[in-house]
Amino acid sequence: MAETAGGRAARAACGLLDHPVRIRIALPLLIVLVALPLVAQILGADYYTGVVSRILIFALAASSLNLIVGFGGMVSFGHAAFFGVGAYAVGILMQYGVTSAWISWPAAIVAGAAFALVIGAISLRTRGVYFIMITLAFAQMVFYLMVSLKAWGGEDGITLASRSRVGLGVDLASDTQFYYAVLLVSALAFIVMARLLNARFGHVLQAIHENETRTAALGFPVYRYKLIGFTIAGAVAGLAGALLANQTSFVSPALLDWQQSGIFLIMIILGGVGHLYGGLIGAVVFLLIQEIASSYTIYWQFILGAVLLAVVLFAPNGVMSMLQRRARA
Amino acid sequence: MLGTDRLVKRFGGLMATDHASLSVRTGEIHALIGPNGAGKTTLIHQLSGALRPTSGIIRFDGRDITATPMHARVHLGLVRSYQVTCVYRRLSVLDNLALAAQSRDGSSLRFWRAARREGARYEAAAEVAERVGLGARLHQVVGALSHGEQRQLEVGLALALQPRLLLLDEPMAGMGPEESDRLVELLRGLRGSVTMLLVEHDMDAVFRLADRISTLVFGRIIATGTADEIRANPEVRRAYLGDEAEAAAA
Repeated sequence: MAETAGGRAARAACGLLDHPVRIRIALPLLIVLVALPLVAQILGADYYTGVVSRILIFALAASSLNLIVGFGGMVSFGHAAFFGVGAYAVGILMQYGVTSAWISWPAAIVAGAAFALVIGAISLRTRGVYFIMITLAFAQMVFYLMVSLKAWGGEDGITLASRSRVGLGVDLASDTQFYYAVLLVSALAFIVMARLLNARFGHVLQAIHENETRTAALGFPVYRYKLIGFTIAGAVAGLAGALLANQTSFVSPALLDWQQSGIFLIMIILGGVGHLYGGLIGAVVFLLIQEIASSYTIYWQFILGAVLLAVVLFAPNGVMSMLQRRARA
Repeated sequence: MLGTDRLVKRFGGLMATDHASLSVRTGEIHALIGPNGAGKTTLIHQLSGALRPTSGIIRFDGRDITATPMHARVHLGLVRSYQVTCVYRRLSVLDNLALAAQSRDGSSLRFWRAARREGARYEAAAEVAERVGLGARLHQVVGALSHGEQRQLEVGLALALQPRLLLLDEPMAGMGPEESDRLVELLRGLRGSVTMLLVEHDMDAVFRLADRISTLVFGRIIATGTADEIRANPEVRRAYLGDEAEAAAA
């Protein structure tokens, strides 16, 4: 017993519950992302700044889904609802003349969280396939609700008059400045999620995933923890939706569609369910395939399907698990 | 300390618990015996809060806890272990016990500070591991442990919650004779500080540990008394003990 508790805990810190950000991965990644618009400008490929903004936004949404699917064991097929509600929050507020990001982005977070709280409170009483189905059903309800609300664009959606205003000398109309805003917001949200997973709450969330009965028998109110996790994921998805609404200056019911929920799930399957970087890698792989393959063929989804199949067959836990295995070997 | 009043649990036509009135006194080790299918585990499920009784009342420390959810009962000090090992198989022994310590010690609605920084909690978890004989296995993934060791962890998880009353559902099931001897010693050491309701098939362990014994047959408690009284009770003999009791008495 000469070993200190801290040392013991540290030695254990490569277990299933540990999701270190790993500075030697995060820092180079951050440097590349910060330098990207400059490099793109020099190469005369400004277009890619927008592509990467989009990737970061989807990475944020996929990571929030990974929080509940990969770490909490709640396979939700309705995540687009929270993403879309966040986007609509920005669009609707702008329709009424509220252009400040300081109001509309927090509103998007609150909207995402509120929908997740209500939908989660009901859905989390079920499990497994029933949970998948009920979250899908709720998301479709939100989809049809927005289709039917003509005052808020109905099927045609809402075109935003401009991007949100931030003040402080920042102009999001500039794609480069918007890119940095997205990078800042998604990096912060990523850090929050990473901290959360390694904190007490994250340990309980993963404990529930590992063995729900045991977790309840240890005295944890399981339902409450799941609902809080679900709500946090909804909040982050709402934020991602707000960013996407800004990027495209357009919101429509398509954002809420079940296909969008499916895309988020495909992203985390590609990247790695239950891997800290799974959402990011998945969004990169998915959107790059879409970007590149769709320039060659309108059947780009065929290529996506082939890649998805290959990942599921050869790296069942996503690209991240393949990288990890290589690192260990 | 823990009592039931005419507890009934029906599964369709089956009366799994039939007006069972049981009383566990503070500080005692109370054994619950009965043939297979008598409803012992069903009773434990109701006492721990995993199952809601059809009718009747469960009291703990004089308060009605019939409708109290399982997690809240744990925080009152009413903790159970499982007959079928129920542990985190993919986590280490230390992480299993640290989660129990985490439940015991304050809120887990903490979202920022790294849980690994809580050295004292891991220290406490390691101490429990030592007590149940898993001190050398701290960093083993539980799925790789032997069956007996997993049973030890099952008891350890309950102990890490610092229970006031422990519901032990066949803790010795599947243990080797040495392991079960050690567990008997461990439980004996807790006598007085932790009240226990022990479901066990190992009659040897029951007679060594129990202050009082209740016998459950077809969901009904047919007798409660000391080991000698139970051994002598003709109804119990007929229903359950049979030759085994005579062998033990001899």
